[in-house]
Amino acid sequence: MTMELDVFVGNTTIMDEEVYQLWLDGYTVFDAVKVRIDGGVMEECEASADVLLSDTMDQYRTFQMCERLLHSPSKLGNQLLFQIPPHRQAMLIERYYTFDDAFVREVLGKKLSKGTKKDLDDISAKTNVTLKSCRRQFDNFKRVFKVVEELKGPLVENIRQHFLLSDKLARDYAAIVFFANNRFETGKRKLHYLTFQDFAFCAGQLISNWTVGAVDSMVEDMDVDLDKEFLQDLKELKVLITDKDLLDQHKSLVCTALRGKTKAFTEMEANFKNISRGLVNIAAKLTNTKDVRDFFLDLVEKFIEPCRSDRWTAADVRLYLTHYNNSAHILDTFKHQVVWDRYMGVIKGCIFKMYHD
Amino acid sequence: MPGKLKAKIVAGRHLPVMDRASDLTDAFVEVKFGNTTFKTDVCPKSLNPQWNSEWFKFEVDDEDLQDEPLQVTVLDHDTYSANDAIGKVYIDIDPLLCSEAASVISGWFPIYDTIHVELFNDLNRFRQSSCGVKFFCTSSIPRCYKAAMVHGFVEELVVNEDPEYQWIDRIRTPRASNEARQRLISLMSGELQRKIGLKVLEMGGNAVVGYLQCFDLEGESGLVVRAIGTACTLDKLSSGSAPNSNTHMHPNTAPPSNACNSPSKDGKESPLAHGCRSTHNSPVHSACSSQRLSQNFSVSVPTLIFTVKPVRSRPGIFLCPSSPTLSTDTLSLSGSGSVICGHNSAHRASTPPPPFSVHSDTVLLRKSVSFTEDLLLAASGMGNGGSAGKEAGPLKTLLRQQTQTALEQREFPFFTLTSFPPGFLVHVGGVVSARSVKLLDRIHNPDEPETRDAWWEEIRQEIKSHAKALGCHAVVGYSESTSICEEVCILSASGTAAILNPRYMREGCLDIVIGDHRFEELSPPSCGFCHIPYDELNMPFPAQLTYCYQCRRQKVPDVLFTTIDLPPEAAVTGKGCLIQARLCRLKKKAQGEVNATAISNLLPFMEYELHTQLMNKLKLRSMNALFGLHIQISVGENMLLGLASATGVYLTALPAPGAIQIAGKTPGEMSNDHHILTIQKRINDTIAKNKELYQINPPKLFALDPEVFCGINMEPTEEVVGSPIPEPRQRSRLFRSHSESSDEQSELDLSHGKKDAFVLEIDDTDAVEDIHSLLMDASTPAGFYSCNTETMPGIFNWTSGVQMFTSVRVFRLSNANLTNQGLNKIFTDLCENLLKSFYFKLRSMIPCCLCKLNFTVAVPEEELIQVAVTAVAMTFDKDQNQEKPADKPPTKGGGETEEQLQFPMELCADAAAGNTQQASKTSGVPESTNVSSRAASVDYGSFADRCSTWLELLRLKAHTIRRGSVKTISSLEHCSPLPEGRSRSLRSTRSFGSSSVAVVKMTPLSFLPGTRIIKYLGIINMFFIRETTSLREEGGVSGFLHSFIAEVFAMVRAHVAALGGNAVVSYSMKECMLMENPNKNQAQCLINVSGDAVICVRETDPEPTPSTTNIGQICPSGTDVTT
Repeated sequence: MTMELDVFVGNTTIMDEEVYQLWLDGYTVFDAVKVRIDGGVMEECEASADVLLSDTMDQYRTFQMCERLLHSPSKLGNQLLFQIPPHRQAMLIERYYTFDDAFVREVLGKKLSKGTKKDLDDISAKTNVTLKSCRRQFDNFKRVFKVVEELKGPLVENIRQHFLLSDKLARDYAAIVFFANNRFETGKRKLHYLTFQDFAFCAGQLISNWTVGAVDSMVEDMDVDLDKEFLQDLKELKVLITDKDLLDQHKSLVCTALRGKTKAFTEMEANFKNISRGLVNIAAKLTNTKDVRDFFLDLVEKFIEPCRSDRWTAADVRLYLTHYNNSAHILDTFKHQVVWDRYMGVIKGCIFKMYHD
Repeated sequence: MPGKLKAKIVAGRHLPVMDRASDLTDAFVEVKFGNTTFKTDVCPKSLNPQWNSEWFKFEVDDEDLQDEPLQVTVLDHDTYSANDAIGKVYIDIDPLLCSEAASVISGWFPIYDTIHVELFNDLNRFRQSSCGVKFFCTSSIPRCYKAAMVHGFVEELVVNEDPEYQWIDRIRTPRASNEARQRLISLMSGELQRKIGLKVLEMGGNAVVGYLQCFDLEGESGLVVRAIGTACTLDKLSSGSAPNSNTHMHPNTAPPSNACNSPSKDGKESPLAHGCRSTHNSPVHSACSSQRLSQNFSVSVPTLIFTVKPVRSRPGIFLCPSSPTLSTDTLSLSGSGSVICGHNSAHRASTPPPPFSVHSDTVLLRKSVSFTEDLLLAASGMGNGGSAGKEAGPLKTLLRQQTQTALEQREFPFFTLTSFPPGFLVHVGGVVSARSVKLLDRIHNPDEPETRDAWWEEIRQEIKSHAKALGCHAVVGYSESTSICEEVCILSASGTAAILNPRYMREGCLDIVIGDHRFEELSPPSCGFCHIPYDELNMPFPAQLTYCYQCRRQKVPDVLFTTIDLPPEAAVTGKGCLIQARLCRLKKKAQGEVNATAISNLLPFMEYELHTQLMNKLKLRSMNALFGLHIQISVGENMLLGLASATGVYLTALPAPGAIQIAGKTPGEMSNDHHILTIQKRINDTIAKNKELYQINPPKLFALDPEVFCGINMEPTEEVVGSPIPEPRQRSRLFRSHSESSDEQSELDLSHGKKDAFVLEIDDTDAVEDIHSLLMDASTPAGFYSCNTETMPGIFNWTSGVQMFTSVRVFRLSNANLTNQGLNKIFTDLCENLLKSFYFKLRSMIPCCLCKLNFTVAVPEEELIQVAVTAVAMTFDKDQNQEKPADKPPTKGGGETEEQLQFPMELCADAAAGNTQQASKTSGVPESTNVSSRAASVDYGSFADRCSTWLELLRLKAHTIRRGSVKTISSLEHCSPLPEGRSRSLRSTRSFGSSSVAVVKMTPLSFLPGTRIIKYLGIINMFFIRETTSLREEGGVSGFLHSFIAEVFAMVRAHVAALGGNAVVSYSMKECMLMENPNKNQAQCLINVSGDAVICVRETDPEPTPSTTNIGQICPSGTDVTT
């Protein structure tokens, strides 16, 4: 004796947020029922396990039917099949596109290709996110990537309009797209300590300062690709380390400004040339795609690690970089102030975010 | 009268990919009306084509205008091969013909790929429109009208062969067969409506209220479309102002042929009406298909007519007041099935029906014999026996006679209405029902098309005579239904016998408005309907009469069963609740005659048991009346299902129900005694609990003690009350009537005289089971109420939360040898679990009430039980002290659910459609405008959604003009190309944007709480077939049906929105027939839904400035303004 068929359709589509989350998290119907029973929903309405099972199945079916609409959220608002109030629609979309930080950290900067998709089961095992959920998240990344790839205009805005996401989530997606496009290395052991939010912040910095879009707002891929001319210009900064006078002058200016203001002064003074060389070299190499990919790794290796081994505090780093940046302006022979600021502005922002005490 | 129809195809969106190479589609549209076809240009390589075509003009004559739908076919252009069809939309243009309804249909319509879905809205919805006859599903007087006169019953049926069963079906594709079926049904239902409209006109009415159209898919023997309704003359209530004499022709002065003019606004209808009449008089099926139709008009004549009435003593026939003897009857009879055989083949030649004689066969029912005589007497001449005495007597008779004359002119004084204008209903007798088992047989005798008519005629005659026996001249809340399995068909009809106020039925008395006090005096409004209509001396059944607990002047029965809604004026103690009786009976598989006999044998038992269950459950809830009683008996190959649903209430006017007493057959055994005691205790506890739950605290005027004898019971009552006349006479009479059967009663173990107590006898396991199931019914969880009537008695302050839903479950019985008890349990559990599921799913709406819970059971296949439910959950204000909902704004701001958020939005959409300035529009939809601008910029082409073929949209605008209507023409000129182009862009932002498609609310009720219906846009009657050959891929039957029901909702909403409406009231799903073949990975489903499309506004909102009748004309000018 079995229930052959069991459906419930409301004129206004009924969706339980809790069940939706379970569905998004990739629970099977039976696991979801278990979770719900444990959650005590049964007492709420004198329900039985049967009722819960039927309800869960029903909702899962509804979600599955909605899923294809969620793939292009603007359709959700125009479709006629489900009558869903706008604020519920927004909730559905937002939740559907929400991702697990643990998961995104694994795929950040990877090519959103079939190859990566094949590795999802490993990622699932590693992150404890169900494979189903991993697939959804991965497909979301890929979908967003594909759509905005070909669009003009600001990246975040495009994502927000096309996927009707909140500003925060749109920014996160922008970061993911940006990372995937430039294939930034984020998986190296040295970078493990960094969270997705660290990277997302950095991506935001890069997008708003170093991309084509930062100068011209109507170019294709403007927010996804770095400004080639700018990268080329960065080579000019090499003068800061190749010109001995300039280097010394810069050092003395920075040291004068820093003296007495920090405990780590001696280390700063001792390491100045190394650090400066590191930072300028990063800039100079950015014309190589390979070096772009290693950008974050370089930042960690060339700046953050030395500083950390010298036990600089975050405040020290802030102080140092501020003066390091500003002092270059006083150098008479240094002519690349604009490029320098554009470069250092981002570097400062990134390092502040990436430097964990 | 000829007219001009203009159509413009604007755009499509989300089209499916037709060209795999480019992942795009080269779409164009063919617009066909009558024999004229236009094509749009091909819009190359786009999934969201913008055709923005010119206006296609169709010049057509009136007949076509009424008969034909506008067919819009979307095709993919192919240079080399034939063009591929993407899908089709049928648009019924009839609403355009009705001067009062919309003058523009404009909106996005879902396109259906015919392989997947057959859509045919009833293309003939408004065939009568030009005659001015309006159709309403609503079974009460529609909210913005006033009933000037209620004419009475109209019925019609048409028969044809079902294309699905024609030989040709073997060689044609499922699609072709479905299409043939679609065409046929649409033709038939159009014909039906036209015929009914004609009858209404003949009666002098202008509307059909409570229109109930059903399809009987008889399989091999054909397809029957039948409809019943109540013809009325409705006057539009223009708020405040008196009815305009131009607008509403007085039915009194209007000869029937002109009466159809009354709803028309500009008087241009007169010639139209004549044209129409001639249309009607000519053979209905004209033009294209006349030949075929007339050929197929054969109706099978059965070789054998089996009739079964719910014969046995009155509980079957009159589900009405009961008495303690009832249950005993049942129990003692349950062993003697042979008793009934005698009448099985009885033809229904004579009325009152013969079954009464049957009872004489049985020793047990001697009592019945005696009352049968009474009944016959009552039936033959009701007035004879002298009436209830007292001063009311003569008046009552007078009234009866008056009304009778009014009603007797009618063949069937039936009314499909379930609620009535105040004062309409005078007395209610009880439920009358009749069933008959027929053998469907295909006999090629085209000269005998009247068989089905004759069948129904028989049943109706029977109902009529039952009503007469109850001393009533009319039947209200009348409905008819069928259940078909193979070649056996059970026809059922039921209603409530009643006496009506003749005022509404006599011509020439329409001037008497509600202020006629003559009748009001006679029966105080709040309890009058409870008073017995029949003669106390010649009671059709032994009921216990007491003086009305409200007015103390008239007699009332102890229990009242009705099929109608609770009259609004009725005084109710506490709350009501849904009461269901469920029953399964196994039956041997058999063929033909044998099968029919077996079914006829079972039916009376089922009626009995259902009735007993209802009665027990009613008592268990300490209530004394049932409203909205609906008993469905469904036949399957190897079982019969019976489901009775009703809403129980405690009517203040009726006496308190007695307790339930358990009696053992064998009192000797100690263990048994103990068992009985425990059960008794449980029952008493349950009653006490229920009293609390439903807040039943009747004024304690009398002892509730069940131990009090009936006879004595009356005395203290009267004393306490201080009734003016103690009336010893009365009592003696009562005794006399009892004495006739007293000796028998002693036989029946009722001699201990606890007549007030309801005795349940436990003598075998069956009874124990029964009692268990009685107690099994889970009570509704806190915060929930449920009922199957329009509203819950005792709840007044509805808030605006509304959630309509449909749920279907199919249960497979895998256990081959089930017992009746086992089946009953399964069936009961199925229903109970469904209810539990609803409560659980809707828990966020608490406090709320499930209203109009409509259960439909079916046995689609052997071992399958299908239960389909449609209902609406409505929230209410918990604080019942306030009669009116608290002022709304504060609640709105709070965390109230989506409903309230939705509502302002749809109002804005309306306002935009009207003539509100743009400014107010944009400001009115703050949330949505954002989205709209966003959404509009999306290029859907970049990610073609290949799987969404079903939900493709297309927009179309149709326009009609009629000669003689200068106004429309001029407004039409305005709409010509240029401004239209601009208005389109405006509209497209609206429909694209508005963040969502306009919200359309749906409800099975005749109203939406917190809103006012300002306009009825017409009846929605849609019939869908969907077939799939990829069942597994669609998520099995559940997935298939889930999406299908969602689609049905979506299509209803889309059509309502296109008509300019924002809600559907009186929605119902009449048919949901699912056939599956999982082995072949196939399934087919057929759904028929109906309802009334309306425009409603929030109650607090003022009426839109221009009178509602003008809305149609505002539309075009509105767009002009905004461009």
